[in-house]
Amino acid sequence: MSLQEELQGLPPAKLAVESVSKWFRTSRQSVHALDNISLEIAEGEFVCLVGPSGCGKSTLLDIIAGLEVPDEGRVMADNEPVLNPGRHRLVMFQEAALFPWLDVIGNVMFGLKLKPGLRNKERLEVAKFFIQLVGLEKFSHAHVHELSGGMKQRVALARALAPNPRVLLMDEPFAALDALTREQLYSDIQRIWQKRRKTILFVTHNVREAVCLADRVILFSRNPGQIREQFEIPLPRPRDINSIELAEHAGEITRALKGYVTGEVAE
Amino acid sequence: MRRFLLATLFFVVLIAIWHFLVKAGVYSPVLLPSPQSVGEYLVGAARDGTLFQATGVTVRRLLVGYFIGIMIGLPLGLFTSASKFVEDTIGVLALGLQTLPSVCWIPLALLWFGQTESAMLFVVVMGTVWSVVIATDTGVRNIPPIFARAAKTMGSTGLHKWTKVILPASLPFLVSGMKQGWAFAWRSLMAAEIYVTILTGFGLGHLLHYGRELNAMEQVIGVMLVIITIGLLTDKILFSPVERFLHNRWGTGLR
Ligand SMILES: Nc1ncnc2c1ncn2[C@@H]1O[C@H](COP(=O)(O)OP(=O)(O)OP(=O)(O)O)[C@@H](O)[C@H]1O
Ligand SMILES: [Mg+2]
Repeated sequence: MSLQEELQGLPPAKLAVESVSKWFRTSRQSVHALDNISLEIAEGEFVCLVGPSGCGKSTLLDIIAGLEVPDEGRVMADNEPVLNPGRHRLVMFQEAALFPWLDVIGNVMFGLKLKPGLRNKERLEVAKFFIQLVGLEKFSHAHVHELSGGMKQRVALARALAPNPRVLLMDEPFAALDALTREQLYSDIQRIWQKRRKTILFVTHNVREAVCLADRVILFSRNPGQIREQFEIPLPRPRDINSIELAEHAGEITRALKGYVTGEVAE
Repeated sequence: MRRFLLATLFFVVLIAIWHFLVKAGVYSPVLLPSPQSVGEYLVGAARDGTLFQATGVTVRRLLVGYFIGIMIGLPLGLFTSASKFVEDTIGVLALGLQTLPSVCWIPLALLWFGQTESAMLFVVVMGTVWSVVIATDTGVRNIPPIFARAAKTMGSTGLHKWTKVILPASLPFLVSGMKQGWAFAWRSLMAAEIYVTILTGFGLGHLLHYGRELNAMEQVIGVMLVIITIGLLTDKILFSPVERFLHNRWGTGLR
């Protein structure tokens, strides 16, 4: 398999969340984290989840990844129920979660090494390709603690992209980055996504970011975590986060979001 | 270099205080020998070879016992952390036995093995193994769960998960556990050598014991100094580089 073929890879997967509910019961309280969530994500669709802190976005991602089990309902990936984590659905966690005992390239290689059907030389090439993509080729052999928070997130992105998963679940991956790096990564992500068509579920607090990236933005509210509204974003790509149309869409969504949050306070 | 000089100076001052205490005649020389007489004993014992022989015998016993202790303790600790059943059985046993001072094994060892090397080895292994089990178990349980979750999504399970994620992630704990195991092995062996008199090898503990029997305080203190030195050296040579490596990799520690 050549590097090119490896980068083309498998077709993206279709996801279906079917009436998923989740409670967290601790000795002190019971939190209704997700309430009857149903959601269909088409093959290759880019969906952003936006909602206030604590509305269950990370929990939903964990359930789709197969790391958590829902109390009710189920998640289907390509018409098969998700029971366990699988290599085709990779997660980029809210914290970078890099392994401190490996250097940067070692971290990026971790998932690749678990992928069958590749020679080691090819794995190394793929790893280098993605490290370059996130602009860290000078830091290939740096230790994790020597990286800044933003650099760690970029390594985590490379690590998640490298094994070429069909679904990418990203939990506020760019929250810790400066605006310039973030803009760079928006265009990178759009480019990668257009070239390699993955199904992406992307959590963010930043409405503009959501509008810049997504085909569809889904608004969540909390207590219990519910889907409130969905917005199609029909803007052509590649999108510029500073464009006026984008700002208009973002304004509309922000108003809706504020409505729920203030409504929540008033209740 | 500066730190080395400071440390040296510190010990020179200690010896000087000791010297003047003896000079001033505060304690009887039978109870507190002078630094010179201890030095003379050490030089003499080094010349006639007894010191090196005893050190060799002791260190060999220590290494063998420690190695066996680690080989048993490490996997056992992994098992107790991995399985509720093993945790509730072997884990509880280890926790109990770990609190038992290793001298307590000596009567049993003497009954089972007589005055033999095996008795000695048994005491050292028993002194080491349980603390290694506990430290390994603690190490694995203290791994941040996010590591396991990240590894899981990338498809790491079973043996791969244990060798490529759990073991390296718990390495800082494992090393401090092994260090603790070393200290326990040392203590157990000294206890064993003082209480178990055997003919197959004359260790530092025996030297210490006979020093007391002969009322040769300079021998007792001299041997104690040797024991302390060996402890310090192993720490500096064996464990310090590993710990430095870990701090460097993990970015932990002060400074
Ligand atoms: N392991 C857990 N045990 C108990 N409660 C939990 C646990 N994980 C999440 N929760 C609760 O579930 C709710 C949803 O949490 P979640 O992490 O999914 O929120 P979030 O939308 O990702 O928030 P943020 O935007 O701040 O990351 C919160 O109220 C949280 O307290
Ligand atoms: Mg979250």
